[in-house]
Amino acid sequence: MTDTITFGQEISNLLYASEGEPLRTCIQCGTCSGTCPVAGYMDHTPRQIIAMINQNMKEQVLESNTFWYCASCYYCTVRCPQEINITELMYALKRYSIWKNHYQEGLIGPTFSEAFVKMIVSGGRSFEPILAPSYIFSFSLREFIQEISGATELMLKGRLPILPARIKHLDSFRRMIGRIIPMGGLK
Amino acid sequence: MKEYAYFPGCSLEKMASSYHQSAMETTKKLGIKLKELEDWNCCGATTYFYIDELLAYTLCARNLAIAEKTGLDVVAPCSACYKNMYFTAAHLKKDPDLAEHVNFALEEDGLHFNGNVNIKHLIEVFASDISTEEIQSKVSHPLKGIRVAPYYGCQIVRPQKEKENVEQPQFFENILSAIGATPVNYPLKMRCCGGSLIISSRTAALSMVRNLLQCAVDSQASVIATACPMCQVNLEVYQQQVNLEFGTNFSFPVMYFTQLIGLAFGINPKKLGIGKEFVSFAPSLLPVLQE
Repeated sequence: MTDTITFGQEISNLLYASEGEPLRTCIQCGTCSGTCPVAGYMDHTPRQIIAMINQNMKEQVLESNTFWYCASCYYCTVRCPQEINITELMYALKRYSIWKNHYQEGLIGPTFSEAFVKMIVSGGRSFEPILAPSYIFSFSLREFIQEISGATELMLKGRLPILPARIKHLDSFRRMIGRIIPMGGLK
Repeated sequence: MKEYAYFPGCSLEKMASSYHQSAMETTKKLGIKLKELEDWNCCGATTYFYIDELLAYTLCARNLAIAEKTGLDVVAPCSACYKNMYFTAAHLKKDPDLAEHVNFALEEDGLHFNGNVNIKHLIEVFASDISTEEIQSKVSHPLKGIRVAPYYGCQIVRPQKEKENVEQPQFFENILSAIGATPVNYPLKMRCCGGSLIISSRTAALSMVRNLLQCAVDSQASVIATACPMCQVNLEVYQQQVNLEFGTNFSFPVMYFTQLIGLAFGINPKKLGIGKEFVSFAPSLLPVLQE
């Protein structure tokens, strides 16, 4: 008897309220991949990723851009004949790859989402301009210029905030977060 | 007067202020009061769930606990806020263990969530809580001849909550018909706009926007109606970038459904936040406004 758990089991453990290994019930029908609006941009389709997890291909799964390209639209989830919550699976893979600090190089998703959460922890509300440095330097010059000109036009139309909105009870809000995640370094 | 607790969400403060204005104006006309939640925080959109699930549920539960104290149903105009609040409440209700963890954190903020709150998307209020007749009775400027693409997007309809129709819902079309507009057959009405990818996977997101715009053109609609600030910004603000990326020539108006309802109710366009958009839809609406 060995008590090491497989990659597939590890991922299943991360699926909220799942019992057993839901991914094992996948019949590889491909409905998810056929439904997914982003499949064409993914290294592996959702169907392939599930098969790879079931084969414990940990390295290849974590190196794939697939879950970082999931738009979280839940189309696959409502159509899966085996009722696998595939969107939830993509979230689990994102969390897993951030925890393990193991993801495809050059992706904006991991740094952007960490910057977003830090922003909320410090102010309680979203303030778009503060997020820009987390991605803008990964853009090509052309994308950079387009993004700046879009932001300028939003500003001119009065649609971008100049000052960050903050919640009132920030101290107790942050103590609340402190009961969930370690707040070291987040001042 | 019917009253709801109102969770505007971060986008409606500035980026989508016209959605906020038009929501307030149209509901007021229907005798509904939207009472903004005290000291609400960001719902996290998709991002909290990328980092930590328990944190995501806790941050949503804080808003739910504040809402619960009002004893009112909660209304969220943004699809992402709505989905997060709806499912957080549902999970906390059926999972006492999760609720205990979350409530332990909420204690620090002097809050507790018991699970007694209903969450509705703003469009649900118009589709279910108000009758078609009530809407019709307020219409002074029916949008006759205006062909509108009803864009549902993702998170209003998905994931499935109970047994509702997640493939071909009709409630958006019904609202548009009630204000005299012509809802067109918009085959991609349930496809995602790529809102959560626009920063992180830009080309993929722009191609999703392109497909939705092309489909609206093909459906001979003159405007896309949305019920989500993410969809509106993505479909409208990023049109220029789609044009640069794919060599297309889109200039297609995208409006909030509440703005269309407001126009049909004869509310002053300025009060509906009209004039802040990148692509003006005034030309196609002129006949209605002149009546």
